[in-house]
Amino acid sequence: MSTKKKVRVATTSLAGCFGCHMSFLDIDEAIVGLIEKVEFSRSPINDIKHCSPDCDIGLIEGGLCNAENVHVLKEFRENCKIVIAVGACAINGGVPAMRNHFTLKECLEEAYLDGVGVENPMIPDDVELPLLLSKVHPIHEVVHVDYYLPGCPPPADAFLKVLTDLLEGKEPSLPKEILHYD
Amino acid sequence: MSEEIKNTITIDGKEIPFEEGQTIMDAALAADIYIPHLCHRPGLKPHGSCKLCTVDVNGRSASACTLPAASGQEIGNNTEALTEVRKTITQMLFVEGNHFCPACEKTGDCTLQAVGYHLDMLDGHFPQFYPRRELDASHESIVLDRDRCIMCELCVRASREVDGKDVFAITGRGIDAKLIVNSESGKLADTDITTDDLAAHICPVGAILIKEHGYETPIGRRTFDLHTIAEPGLEPVILRKGKHADEH
Repeated sequence: MSTKKKVRVATTSLAGCFGCHMSFLDIDEAIVGLIEKVEFSRSPINDIKHCSPDCDIGLIEGGLCNAENVHVLKEFRENCKIVIAVGACAINGGVPAMRNHFTLKECLEEAYLDGVGVENPMIPDDVELPLLLSKVHPIHEVVHVDYYLPGCPPPADAFLKVLTDLLEGKEPSLPKEILHYD
Repeated sequence: MSEEIKNTITIDGKEIPFEEGQTIMDAALAADIYIPHLCHRPGLKPHGSCKLCTVDVNGRSASACTLPAASGQEIGNNTEALTEVRKTITQMLFVEGNHFCPACEKTGDCTLQAVGYHLDMLDGHFPQFYPRRELDASHESIVLDRDRCIMCELCVRASREVDGKDVFAITGRGIDAKLIVNSESGKLADTDITTDDLAAHICPVGAILIKEHGYETPIGRRTFDLHTIAEPGLEPVILRKGKHADEH
């Protein structure tokens, strides 16, 4: 083989806020070096809609709050050799999981019927909308996760470190100073 | 023939002195050796409940905060096996409460979080409980957020032993255990707790917080953003001598 095959990376944001993706992009010009070694499959960065079947690394931001999240997560698990849970929400449900203290009905009524300043109270039921799960779940409760990258969001350096380690064939690790849950 | 008995114990191969009446934890803290702990604070009566300070004493497991130091103890502390067990305990504490660090005022100053960092904890491992617990914001300057309570009873002991007020207690057992407030209404506003009390400040997690001061130090500049918990001298020491169970 004349040219070395690039490592294929897919990313997604499930029940997350895209903050982890923003932090990933904060690697700034380091992305130039990275892009020489990796190519992106499904990702909000390029708007590719599905994972190619031979992805090497899947970065999952966010937990699972609806049926679509579960389908996407399973697609990633089926197509990525390595799945990494990125950020607080993927790891323990995070802020979206704070709705777990209440029933789904209570949440919907508070948001769309009884909330302060609600006009035209109506619970959305368009067929296009994915069905909400009764509780929000971290991703390891549904698929096997290979690595965890904690943080809200994980710092840009942490993304770079984990990807660099994997590209070099090493077990990813973080220096203690950048291990944070917040 | 008289042979002087040396008052020393050995922790991970290092010989350290102890004084009569000291626990293993007391001796370790005095020698700047960190044994992970959550429910212990020097000056308050040891509680021995969080089990994070479990050490290996001559081949047996014991809580360092309650076991008196005794000559000749060979203690294992920073071992791979103990780190694994302590990490598991910490993960169980995380999943049985609602510990959402990004949404907590205490983040960066939280001992539970810092212990997690110390033990390289990356996830909760176990299924999350997401319990629904009662919030008490009735007091004008102190908030009680039970979501984050780890039942360490530091506030219970601080209020009882130092503040002389008896504001808090734990009721129930096992998974039904919860922190309650000693007033007719069960609300903090109807107790005599003030922000001058130790009980208002001692919470190792974000369960008891002083209102309107949560973000005076920005996230990123807080204690455990800048230090690890294993560094000596990080915990404020309460000087009041607590009465140990073996004293009369």
